[in-house]
Amino acid sequence: MTLDAIREVSTVLDDQDAIVPAIIKGTGHLPEMRVDPIALFHRVRDECGDLGRFRLADKQVVLVTGAEANEAFFRAPESVLDQAAAYPFMTPIFGKGVVFDASPEERQQMLKNQALRGDMMRGHAQTIEAEIRRMVAGWGDEGEIDLLDFFAELTIYTTSSCLIGKPFRDQLDGSFAEIYHRLEHGTDAIAYVDPYADIENFKIRDEAREELVAKVQSIIAARVAQGEIPKEDRDLLDVLIAVGYDAEMVTGIFISMMFAGHHTSSGTASWAMIELLRNPAVMGDVVAELDALYADGSEVSFQALRSIPVLEAALKETLRLHPPLVILMRLVQEDFDLMGHTIPAGTVLAASPRVSNRIEEDFPKAEEFDPGRYVDPRQEDLQNRWTWIPFGAGKHRCVGNAFAMMQMKAIFSVILRDFSFEPAQELDTYRDDFTKMVIQLAQPARVKYRRRFRVSRLAGARTSTTELS
Amino acid sequence: MRVVADTGICQGHQLCQGEAPTVFGFDEDADVVVLLDEHPDEALRADVTTAVKYCPAFALSIEED
Repeated sequence: MTLDAIREVSTVLDDQDAIVPAIIKGTGHLPEMRVDPIALFHRVRDECGDLGRFRLADKQVVLVTGAEANEAFFRAPESVLDQAAAYPFMTPIFGKGVVFDASPEERQQMLKNQALRGDMMRGHAQTIEAEIRRMVAGWGDEGEIDLLDFFAELTIYTTSSCLIGKPFRDQLDGSFAEIYHRLEHGTDAIAYVDPYADIENFKIRDEAREELVAKVQSIIAARVAQGEIPKEDRDLLDVLIAVGYDAEMVTGIFISMMFAGHHTSSGTASWAMIELLRNPAVMGDVVAELDALYADGSEVSFQALRSIPVLEAALKETLRLHPPLVILMRLVQEDFDLMGHTIPAGTVLAASPRVSNRIEEDFPKAEEFDPGRYVDPRQEDLQNRWTWIPFGAGKHRCVGNAFAMMQMKAIFSVILRDFSFEPAQELDTYRDDFTKMVIQLAQPARVKYRRRFRVSRLAGARTSTTELS
Repeated sequence: MRVVADTGICQGHQLCQGEAPTVFGFDEDADVVVLLDEHPDEALRADVTTAVKYCPAFALSIEED
């Protein structure tokens, strides 16, 4: 059985080129994926259609796009298309020694049943609102922030507080986010050849991980010194200490729990802000919607769990254009029939949210930011459930997507009502850094904020103006 | 209208039950949605539409009869 019938994409960066690091010479399309994955994935569809092929070292990768191929990809069971084996760059981040007695499927189920249960969302919404308010408490009447620094720090606090517990979160400061960022930055595609290669990026990654373990170690030491902790004050850390796990293991578990929700939420919040700045009319609609919604003094933690249609549409359109994960991969475990082809075991099968989300036939004027796509009767997300895939699709669809949307609604409910924003650099200079498998906003990504003043609704007959606190 | 639930991709979040409890039930053993009323009354359209729109697994849809 061969893959010859599936067309291979062209090569634009010779894998023997002088600029290619020695360790990945001769690895096919790996050098290009390491510098410009977006161009590579789009070219696969443009040249090859719904099924196209490229090569990463000794692995053949079949990239599928379009509804029919995507549906087959997303419906296949874990036993046929294995998720974990396709992401070698994650092993050193979670930790080599950290063994989970559960498949990704079971872990997803556990996460859903414990931290992401529907009845826990109200509490999470309150936690998130409090974390945002804590972050902006130090802001003056006007100033400047970097979107990556701000949202990466905020989402460290929200994910740790909601998934691990408030006592643990209260032990963290900005340095934890900074170290975590260096860890995420260690996802160089060179890992497809050797995840432990002797390169600068991996050295930084491993040092960052050691720093995190040291931090967790000191938090554990303080917790143990505290002695017996009342049951109602315990968090996941206390449970793991009681089970007998050491700092190395605990850190690995925490990293893996926070990973899926961190860079994804941070990037989405950043891009939502950038798109709103690029589209002032949409920004105006969103702010007007929020002002009206909260005019009666209702709580953010209440409204974030409910429908906020204009904001939701802007967030969905942000996710369509800037999906946090640009490629999803599976290792084929047994020969897999797909649209008249047999994909042999050992092949990597991939789907690309970035490419599928921009298929012109499904999303007319696909390059344009148009929140109107999600309004009845267009509903381009529900109409295209196998190609509108910022959260993936099927059984593996991001189990935290409702949590993520709630978090985004809470964040923007707070910051857009209390502050107005404007770009602090040219609008076309905001961009992503695609040189790592975990995509992050490239810096600088600076915006200016200014505190909004509104006529007090509590003033009654008086027409006074008050500063919002 | 006819309500369709794809149990092959349902993740068991049970949000639909909150929106339209007379239309959507839950199979505890299989951890998936069960349709209690495949052809709900038109009066329930808004609730069912909300359930479809906010299903975290995109497992629900409405087909017109």
